[in-house]
Amino acid sequence: MPKLLLGVLAILVLALISLFIGVSDVTPMSLFSSSPEDRPMQVLLISRVPRTLALMLSGSALAVAGLLMQMLARNRFVEPGTAGTVESAVFGILVITIFWPGSPLIAKMLAATVTALMGTALFMQILKRIPLRSTLMVPLVGIMLGGVISSITAFFAYRYDLLQTLGTWTMGDFSGVLRGRYELLYISAGLVGIAWIAADRFTVAGLGQDFTTNLGLNYRRVLTLGLTIVSMVTAVVVVSVGSIPFLGLIVPNLVSMAVGDNARRAIPWIVLMGAGFVLTCDIIGRVIRFPYEIPIGTVFGVIGSALFLYLLLRRRPANG
Amino acid sequence: MADIRAQATPVISPRQVLIILAALAAVSIVAFMVIGAKGNWSFILPFRGAKIWSMATIGTAIAIATVLFQTITANRMLTPSIMGFDALFALVRTVQVFFLGGLSYAMLPDQLQFTYETAVMVGLSTLLFRWLFGRASRDLYLLVLVGIVFGVLFRSLGGLMQRLINPNDFAVLQDSLFASFNTTDQTLLGISTIAIAGVGIWVWRLLPALDVLNLGRDTAINLGVNYNHTVSQVLVIVAILVSVSTALVGPVTFFGLLVANLAYLVIRSHRHILILPAAILISIITLVGGQVVLERVFGYDTALAIIIEFVGGVVFIAMLLRGSRT
Repeated sequence: MPKLLLGVLAILVLALISLFIGVSDVTPMSLFSSSPEDRPMQVLLISRVPRTLALMLSGSALAVAGLLMQMLARNRFVEPGTAGTVESAVFGILVITIFWPGSPLIAKMLAATVTALMGTALFMQILKRIPLRSTLMVPLVGIMLGGVISSITAFFAYRYDLLQTLGTWTMGDFSGVLRGRYELLYISAGLVGIAWIAADRFTVAGLGQDFTTNLGLNYRRVLTLGLTIVSMVTAVVVVSVGSIPFLGLIVPNLVSMAVGDNARRAIPWIVLMGAGFVLTCDIIGRVIRFPYEIPIGTVFGVIGSALFLYLLLRRRPANG
Repeated sequence: MADIRAQATPVISPRQVLIILAALAAVSIVAFMVIGAKGNWSFILPFRGAKIWSMATIGTAIAIATVLFQTITANRMLTPSIMGFDALFALVRTVQVFFLGGLSYAMLPDQLQFTYETAVMVGLSTLLFRWLFGRASRDLYLLVLVGIVFGVLFRSLGGLMQRLINPNDFAVLQDSLFASFNTTDQTLLGISTIAIAGVGIWVWRLLPALDVLNLGRDTAINLGVNYNHTVSQVLVIVAILVSVSTALVGPVTFFGLLVANLAYLVIRSHRHILILPAAILISIITLVGGQVVLERVFGYDTALAIIIEFVGGVVFIAMLLRGSRT
């Protein structure tokens, strides 16, 4: 697939750019002219490489999580951020932070996974109560559910004086990524792998419960697997770098316009595009106010919501 | 739904409901002034009085804005804040600090600053409204979703610009954008009160036309209302009121939704002359009474906004689910 190869190449270029942007002077020249113990190499290994890897891992995983959500909820406008998943994950982190203040990242991640799973399951339950299944009502209900969950979170955060800490989980930011603080994100790579292996099952599940059962698949099992992957990916990303709004919604939609809805064909593209999107936005955030940084959550909030609006209004011409 | 209600509740006339609401509002104001007061009355009364003044101003602004907005959109689920108007005002203010710098912004006389911002807000929100409703008026869910995403867009743009300005400017901005329900900035309160009084007279003169608007666009035109002209006026009023409330308290997404729907629930009439006072009284009861209960009885401080978001979100989901069945 030459096109896919081209995509990989583009991502590599973006990753290289991402490696060499920053306040500390790291250029290919300075790397070669100094010894490995010197500053440029150390900055590269401790800060730049982890950051670039974290960007690619979380971008692609979130995009794939969005795709899974869209297939399982059978709705184009669903993603972890419009289904209460992200907000539930944040709630889990808050709960474990209150009860076990010094807990390691992995414990936080597990707590976030559990609550994310519960929140998403609740969302799926509410979906069953929408008889007409209006396409646009589904994300609306999800966004509102997320709002309700985050107001619960805010209430407890307020009582325990954790409102400020809350901001670090809700606002995606890669500036704190260092060696030793992003490795959990590799779990999400594994999860994306599982999603790709099981891609055909998800495609079938996306056609509905009856159809899936007819083909001899256990619908509930596929659903559980999918929701677990989505919840874990969300938990891992939120714990490590914070959430990135609408990423999981935009990337799969743009990809499906180009290559269609077959998950096995779409996933490689979604992985690439997710990574590319996040890399680009992070580069913008780092360059626009050099030498300061703007968190990716903010940059992507602008680009992501503008693209979401485009997707919403695209198919409806002026005559409505 | 309607027939169940008619059976279950005894008939109280809207006027009696208004009297009860007024009494409740008075009780909560007195409770707010008196409960837990220790020390010098000559300090407590003006201090708490200013807080009540601010809550009443905010409540009135949000209540009128929401009821009028629902009238022109002919929908009980839409409110200015859900459609992103609050966030738009915050963005207007941020853009201004961005270009003027915090110092010169803070030096501007409050009146000038407020007038100017409101003018920009009126223009922009009218544009946004025309664009949204001219385009997609048939699909309610699309409209709400677009409104919400616009809100996110405005907030993110504002956030982006706030990151770009220097920290001193940011401090100025943050002070003016994230106030709480009990701001006591006297100048701002004064301007807001004048603005609301002016708008109140305007609304008073529009009342008959507003009641006719409730019958729907076509009927209203048939009955001789200049539809476009009236809607434009209402939009200006809403923009002014949103500016007032956002300048005082910052964005509160669901408060208006709760208050307006409660008003319709207890009044059971569509006449604005009854609905508007009811909505205003309910919002005063909610804000002042809620503050009394939370602050004095439970000892939490500004958690009221959080609780309103929670209840509002639940109500909104319920409205969405119920609306889809009919």
